Amino acid sequence: MKRLMSGNAALGEAAVLAGCTCYFGYPITPQNELTEYMAKRVPEAGGVFIQSESEIAAINMVLGASVAGARAMTSSSSPGMSLKQEGISYLAADELPAVVVDMVRGGPGMGNISPAQSDYFQATRGGGHGDYKTIVLAPGSVQELTEIVPLAFDLADKYRNPVIILGDGMLGQMMEPVSFDNIKPPKEYPKDYILTGAKGRPSRMVRSLLFDTKEEEEHNWKLFRKYQRMEQNEVRYDTFLLDDAEMVVIAYGIGARIAKGAIKRLRQENLKVGMIRPITLWPFPAKIIKEAAQNGAEFFVFEMSAGQMVEDVKLALEGKGRIHFYGRPGGVIPTPIELFRVISRHYYQSRRGKK
Amino acid sequence: MTIKTIFSGFGGQGVLSMGFTLANAAMLEGKYVTYLPSYGVEVRGGTANCTVVVSDEEIASPVASEPEFVVAMNQPSFARFQSVLPSGGLICVNSSIVNTTSARGDIEVLTVPTSELAEKMGTIKVANMIMLGAFLKASNMISFDLMLNNLQEILGEGKAKMIKLNRQALEAGYAFVKE
Repeated sequence: MKRLMSGNAALGEAAVLAGCTCYFGYPITPQNELTEYMAKRVPEAGGVFIQSESEIAAINMVLGASVAGARAMTSSSSPGMSLKQEGISYLAADELPAVVVDMVRGGPGMGNISPAQSDYFQATRGGGHGDYKTIVLAPGSVQELTEIVPLAFDLADKYRNPVIILGDGMLGQMMEPVSFDNIKPPKEYPKDYILTGAKGRPSRMVRSLLFDTKEEEEHNWKLFRKYQRMEQNEVRYDTFLLDDAEMVVIAYGIGARIAKGAIKRLRQENLKVGMIRPITLWPFPAKIIKEAAQNGAEFFVFEMSAGQMVEDVKLALEGKGRIHFYGRPGGVIPTPIELFRVISRHYYQSRRGKK
Repeated sequence: MTIKTIFSGFGGQGVLSMGFTLANAAMLEGKYVTYLPSYGVEVRGGTANCTVVVSDEEIASPVASEPEFVVAMNQPSFARFQSVLPSGGLICVNSSIVNTTSARGDIEVLTVPTSELAEKMGTIKVANMIMLGAFLKASNMISFDLMLNNLQEILGEGKAKMIKLNRQALEAGYAFVKE
């Protein structure tokens, strides 16, 4: 059965169904409905909900719950995410699983509360200090959110690493029909690192303070090899009308959705435009983009920022493809018609250029 | 076919409920639907609005730059949202408190005296459902009967005691609009 739910509420329900027993949050628009939902739902399900005194407290509570073996989550929006970065760095260093949700809003600074995609760099480049990475998942609809949440918890447990769900204000606020029928009970992961009391077994230690430089280097290489495994195994993307596309739009999340509306119109006018939608922003789906370039396509990157993912597209292409960029930073939500006009202009200009 | 509607008015007039009710009813019909509330720095007594998109196909954007319909429950909303309607669009106005003399000449205006109609039913609280009934008749975008038959499910458990009253209000609004 389908229910009409906001992205924030649906995310909360999906998390509980995926076995999240600990949620810690501090209010910030546009993700408050998630905290509100969890305040009621998590205790109902027998878990722990705490509205913490700050974002920093919340992420450290997540660390504490994770080190005790729980599936733990926190959520925030851009300025709050900045505050959480220290904790995320510690989670990565300690190799602790956690899910952190960012419903991005306009920035920098306090910015505004409108939907934006300007935290791409922060999410995909580690965000905090030190050599580490987090898997970043970017859903494009409320239904997809419910599928990505259990995946996020599984990936976090599988790799013992924090996973970021990167949404935006619109995805959090908008309501859509949603079904939870596909969510299976959580898998069991052997957790031989958690601190549960050492009675009858050798004691364990979870720490990130490694004074010995050799030891720290070895730890870094170990993490690095783990990130390589993620890059090999966890790339996810979606394509739309890619096969004959002469112009390939690359967009994610709500941006991809708006772009899809534009592409449908472009196709009605027989312009061969398709799309690659990264679902994991890190690891980035570089291979499929490279393949599309080998087929002679040009690229149109659209982001609700001044241009961040476009750098990953450039890295993927290694200078071997032509890239157009269109961005709307600051919380502006462009319409499909606006994108239709911009893409069609680039399309015709390149076609003229080729003759 | 994709139909976009903006519901607008004072916070507390039930503007978001109107949109939520429509979105839920359209979902029950099996349509694609998105509901996007304005979540600006709104306060009780300030203005509130939401956008509902109902479609036969996947919806690209939940934002309506050019809505087919607007429902305006107060004067500031009327002023603000009549300007976003394309020519030929329909605006349903709460004429109990909104002066429509400044209406554009190229749009259709449906005036519904919701306060007067609501008073006949004994409570001003159903003004939004009266307006929704009128809007559904005028827009003809979903099945009114299907909605009434599933009203309990649409309004949710919290409104279980109010089903009868809400149904009467919807019917009163629906009957108010002539063919």
